[in-house]
Amino acid sequence: MSTHTLSVLVENKPGVLARVAALFSRRGFNIDSLAVGETEHPGVSRITIVVDVEAGSLEQVTKQLNKLIHVLKIVELEAGSSVQRELLLVKVRADAATRGQVIAAAELFKARSVDVTPDTVTFEVTGNSDKIEAFLEVLEPFGIKELVQSGTVALGRGAKSMASLSRYVSPNS
Amino acid sequence: MSTPVKAPKPGPQAAKAQPARPKAPKPAPPIGASAAPVLTGAQALVRALEELEVEAVFGIPGGAILPAYDPLLDSQQVRHVLVRHEQGAGHAAQGYALATGKVGVCMATSGPGATNLVTPLADAHMDSVPIVAITGQVASSAIGTDAFQEADIVGITMPITKHSYLVRDGEDIPRVLAEAFHVAASGRPGPVLVDIPKDILAGTAPFVWPPKMDLPGYRPTTQPHGKQIREAAALIAEAKRPVLYVGGGVVKSGAHAELLALAELTGAPVVTTLMARGAFPDSHPQHLGMPGMHGTVPAVHALQKSDLLVALGARFDDRVTGKLATFAPEAKVVHVDIDPAEIGKNREADVPIVGDCKAAIAAMIEAYEDGGKERLKTWWETLDDLRGRYPLGYTDIDDGLPAPQYVIERLGQLAPDDTIWTTGVGQHQMWASQFVKYEKPGTFLNSGGLGTMGFAVPAAMGAKLGQMDRTVWAIDGDGCFQMTNQELATCAVEGIPIKVAVINNGNLGMVRQWQTLFYEQRYSNTNLSTHHSEGSPRVPDFVKLAEALGCVGLRADTVAEVDDVIKQANAIDDRPVVVDFTVGPDAMVWPMVPAGVSNDEILYARDVRPNFDDEGQI
Repeated sequence: MSTHTLSVLVENKPGVLARVAALFSRRGFNIDSLAVGETEHPGVSRITIVVDVEAGSLEQVTKQLNKLIHVLKIVELEAGSSVQRELLLVKVRADAATRGQVIAAAELFKARSVDVTPDTVTFEVTGNSDKIEAFLEVLEPFGIKELVQSGTVALGRGAKSMASLSRYVSPNS
Repeated sequence: MSTPVKAPKPGPQAAKAQPARPKAPKPAPPIGASAAPVLTGAQALVRALEELEVEAVFGIPGGAILPAYDPLLDSQQVRHVLVRHEQGAGHAAQGYALATGKVGVCMATSGPGATNLVTPLADAHMDSVPIVAITGQVASSAIGTDAFQEADIVGITMPITKHSYLVRDGEDIPRVLAEAFHVAASGRPGPVLVDIPKDILAGTAPFVWPPKMDLPGYRPTTQPHGKQIREAAALIAEAKRPVLYVGGGVVKSGAHAELLALAELTGAPVVTTLMARGAFPDSHPQHLGMPGMHGTVPAVHALQKSDLLVALGARFDDRVTGKLATFAPEAKVVHVDIDPAEIGKNREADVPIVGDCKAAIAAMIEAYEDGGKERLKTWWETLDDLRGRYPLGYTDIDDGLPAPQYVIERLGQLAPDDTIWTTGVGQHQMWASQFVKYEKPGTFLNSGGLGTMGFAVPAAMGAKLGQMDRTVWAIDGDGCFQMTNQELATCAVEGIPIKVAVINNGNLGMVRQWQTLFYEQRYSNTNLSTHHSEGSPRVPDFVKLAEALGCVGLRADTVAEVDDVIKQANAIDDRPVVVDFTVGPDAMVWPMVPAGVSNDEILYARDVRPNFDDEGQI
């Protein structure tokens, strides 16, 4: 088993996320993370799916995804040739005594403080999953009160884009 | 993702799509487009069905779909067949599609009407049958409120349809219908659901035909890749133990003539799966019969010992392969399928070929250079020897009743040419596959993948409606028959004279067979009491039931009566006929590969493993 990041371009139609998610569960594939948003073209959305499967299963899941009528294109983004980011918001216990240490630790990870109370600081940080994990380890001793993480989003490196979206977009959609 | 469908942006194409909108800019409206009539959604639906050359719709009206039934009354072209249960409508649409090659259509109202279509949709999905199901939905404003007769049928059927639509704008009806028919029939065929809220059916919109289809993500590959075809042809030319493993895809693509040519060109043996019975003539000397759990000994053994499987529109289903890890261990695989996801799903392919079987087989014939039939001599000697020693057959059980296999064999022998056969699921289905001889594709219609009991009667109704001048026999079991026989009322009232042979052994026969073999003859809940023997009350009496449903009811209790009632049934053309054949409960389907074991463990009869010892030369 290994982790793979799939970038899936889909028509922005009602129910398309349900179809994609249901396909994974029906065929017995586990989704590690999932992020969805519009692309440069409002008729097309990009779903970034991180899935933990064997190579043979990855081919099967890709083929099954391609059978969904609303799926336009699927590319696997390798870690080395793509930029992969997650967003983390984390609320850490920080009183007058520890606040300085907490903020110093956050600076090392280029985290931004976005909310401060007498007892807590909330940070915002982006990075790949390794960085996020390391940051949380550093904060752990201070006491993490709550956190939220986004799914991974990813783009291939280099000048090329995954697809020219205009070819998928009909003039009246 | 839940962004609602946006109103079309004005532009040249938008103007073309809805020319009746006064405010849309019209740089160059097509001639005549301004005459696009404004229709209700219901009228648009019926007009679209007419434009799509639909002849028959099977369905039942109800609250939400009611608007659609009003214009349907006036259609000169579309015949609506009022069924007695929506499941019957779905299977009838399947039978119609399988018998005609066209898209079958069924219609139901929201909620329970729609959920009753779930089984036929799943069945059509598994067996790649092109049908379009049109369902009424509660009004748009009521969706999500748990309104009366509301069910999220698009959500419910997502995993069992090729695609589905919830129509949100009346203007979309022509496009959605055109797309639904296109998606259902093209590529790997399958079911498409179109759910239309009641207010959309009642509201009005301009009707533009032909609509512009908008399917940017749907591009089925039909033309095979030349390099892979050449590789496949080369492998076939050098194989010493090749087998053409033929599946339902050959029937769907109409590739039977090409298959015959390829088989005769290469001299390779042919096996036809349950979905492909008839794709290759049973009378052909290269035909070894059906492979799989109840396949012939030569067909099962040929696959097991093959050095090259040429899978044509087949999907290595577990009922064919048995225990996958030990299936055909020495074989290379050429796998032709129009669905890329089938290739490599169960068995790795050495030469994957994505494409339509008809085109792929034709290309293989073109690329094939004969390596000399001499090399197949030993292979054929082995297979012919097995054919000689292990033919399909049965032993009559001495119970004074006709053997079910005998009844089915006689049905096949006495039926007119070009008869279409449908079956339910179970022992009778396997015997119908084994003991009726099929010479042409599209003559054996059954539920292979899903294994839906009750398929036979409604599928026969649909097939008959599509092929009125051909005889349609449904071979059914007493269990299956009780699931869907209410459609005989439909057949009687609508003038669809099908024939039904109930192979009545008084039991859920296949389950009973497994209880005999694997559960120490502990017959838990398999006796249906439809029999007259052993003091069973014969409930229901199928002859009386047939008569009550407006059909002719006949019965054969003895071997002597079998031919006579079959001839009587064949002679009746103006009404549906049901024949209750009383057969013994102890007959079993052989050969058999028990579930979950290697195909090498095939049993020719109970406790009889074929003797493969003299196969040393291969």
